[in-house]
Parts: sequence; C-alpha cells; structure tokens
Amino acid sequence: MDELYMVLGMATVTYLIRYIMFPISGYVRFPDLLERSLEFVPPAVLSAIIFPSVLMPGQGALDLSLENPYLVGAVGASLAGWFFKNILTTIVTGMVLFFFYKWLVIPAIA
Amino acid sequence: MTSANRREFLKGAGDTIPLILGAVPFGIIFGTLASGAGLSFEAVMGMSIFVFAGSAQFVAIGLVSQGAGWLVIVLTTLVVNLRHLLYAASLIPYYRKLSGRWKFLLSFGLTDETFAVAYARYREKDDSENKHIYNLGSMALMYLNWNLCTLVGLTIGKTVPGIEKWGLDFAMPATFIGMVIPYLVNTPMWAAVFTAGIFSVALNFLPHKLGLMAAALAGVTAGMICDSLNRRQGVKHG
Repeated sequence: MDELYMVLGMATVTYLIRYIMFPISGYVRFPDLLERSLEFVPPAVLSAIIFPSVLMPGQGALDLSLENPYLVGAVGASLAGWFFKNILTTIVTGMVLFFFYKWLVIPAIA
Repeated sequence: MTSANRREFLKGAGDTIPLILGAVPFGIIFGTLASGAGLSFEAVMGMSIFVFAGSAQFVAIGLVSQGAGWLVIVLTTLVVNLRHLLYAASLIPYYRKLSGRWKFLLSFGLTDETFAVAYARYREKDDSENKHIYNLGSMALMYLNWNLCTLVGLTIGKTVPGIEKWGLDFAMPATFIGMVIPYLVNTPMWAAVFTAGIFSVALNFLPHKLGLMAAALAGVTAGMICDSLNRRQGVKHG
C-alpha cells in the first residue's frame, strides 16, 4: 500500500541522513577547513528556510510590501531578538506583531 | 538516573521550551492540513512517530495533495533533510565518546531545534560528562510535543473552520529567527546569514527545495571567505 511505502521510505531516508555520519566518522578524517566551516552551518541553514517563508509567503512571488504580515512580523522578531537577546521574547514579539498586523492593521489599510 | 543526569535532562528539556512555543502551532497546522490532503489517520501519525521531521512532513503533504507518487515523496524528503547531514557532521567530535546505542538514539532526534539547543550545550566549556543526557532531554520534549500537536491537529484542528488561513505557519520562521540571532556576533556570521537568505530567495524556483541546500552551502562559503579575510588581516596588522 502506497501510504505505508511513503511513511517507511521517509522514515528510512531521514534516519539514514541523521545517522550515517557517526559510523563513517571513525574512518574519514575531515580536512581542517571543512571542520572550521561547520560553525556556519546552523545559521546558514536556518536563514535559507526563514528568508523564502517570510519574503515569499505561500510559495508565492517576492512580496516586499507593507501588506506582507510575514515580513512585518519577521522584522519585529529580529529587532526584539537583537535588543532583548532572549529567544522567548523574540518568538512572542514576532507572533503577537504578526497576528495583530494580519488581523487588525491589514484589513484597515486594504 | 543520578541527580546530575536528571539535572541535565531537565535542563535540556527546559532550554527547549521556548522553541516548543513555535513548534506547537506548526504541529497543529501540520495535523490539520495532513488530514485535508487525504491521508489516513495512521499515515499521518506514522509520519510524526517514525519520520519526526517537521518541514519534510509539510512538504510531503503538499506533494500528496498534488497527487505525487510515494517514491517522489521519499526522494524529496531526502533532499529536504540533507541539511541534517551537516548537523550530524558538526556533532561528530561530541558524539565520538558515546556508545553505539546512544548514537543510534540521539541521531533519530536530530531536528533543527534539538540540534541548535544541544550543539550550544556541547560547545560550553565545562567538562560535564552528561551533555548527551541534556541532548536527550531536548529531544524527548520535542518528540512528545510534535506527536501531541499532530494528534490535536488531526482531531480538533480539522473541526475549526478556516484554521489553515490563520497564519499559524508564521510560528516556524519566528522560532528560527530566535535561533539565528544569537549567532550574529561577527562579520563572517552576518555574511553567512544574508548570503544564505538571498540565495534561498533567488533559487526558490528550483524543484524539491533543492534551493535550500544550495543556499545553505553558499552561506557557509561566504562565512568562510569572510573569516579567511579577517584572519589574513589579523596577521598583517598584528
């Protein structure tokens, strides 16, 4: 049955990707340059997810206007993060601003 | 469990709570949309229980509703999750001492959130032998929450009219912004973040989210170039 193949297949590839590095790491020596580059991995990956979901919401076209609540919420979250240096404050500020803007401000200006 | 272990476990779970705040709406909207896409209850819960990869699961239900076959979905999952290969690579030095069983267990829970929280803990200077327990605490809470929220979406979420238009999907970028900001401490990091961001938008047209991986690699490269330039200048002036 297709659903079963789908779930088992997804589970297998996901697990292999997450696991495979550990058994092979005993045999492979990574070059110094590669090891140094790994510190950039988390922020680079996360940014590659954040930017399109905020600037192109709904898989749509680039939307840099003030009518894009995702952009407004993201800018607010970033500023809150920068000033308060606290992840909870960042997320809450972003979400509150997003919903306030999406449900109250946009209907008023549109 | 010794009390030191219990402390690490609870601290790992505790430090993950802010990220849970973003994962809750994301999980609920996943469960809601998945049932709307025509998947059975078992298939959706099976995904959250055995796959445990939020963004890949999201992409999968998008493909299901477009009528894609299971093999296409599995291959797309592979591409979307390739970034975890980079996460695992970053953890190699810290997992080296662990037994095979621990590596087996912890790699199952290598999500974006748990990786970010655990990696920060592993890099702390204290020589605690129990940082993997911290990692487990973070993973356990993420796992429990993800499955619970999927269930809520599948049962309650789909009875709420118009929930898919609320914008609950903003929870993910909001959480990820909270995770990126602490990295922005020097020029190479800024270069990595903005290069990855610009490339991901420019390459968004690529199929199966291939642009994500390409953009991440571009960001890492930009960070490295910037870092090398800094080092060279440091040598010249100092």
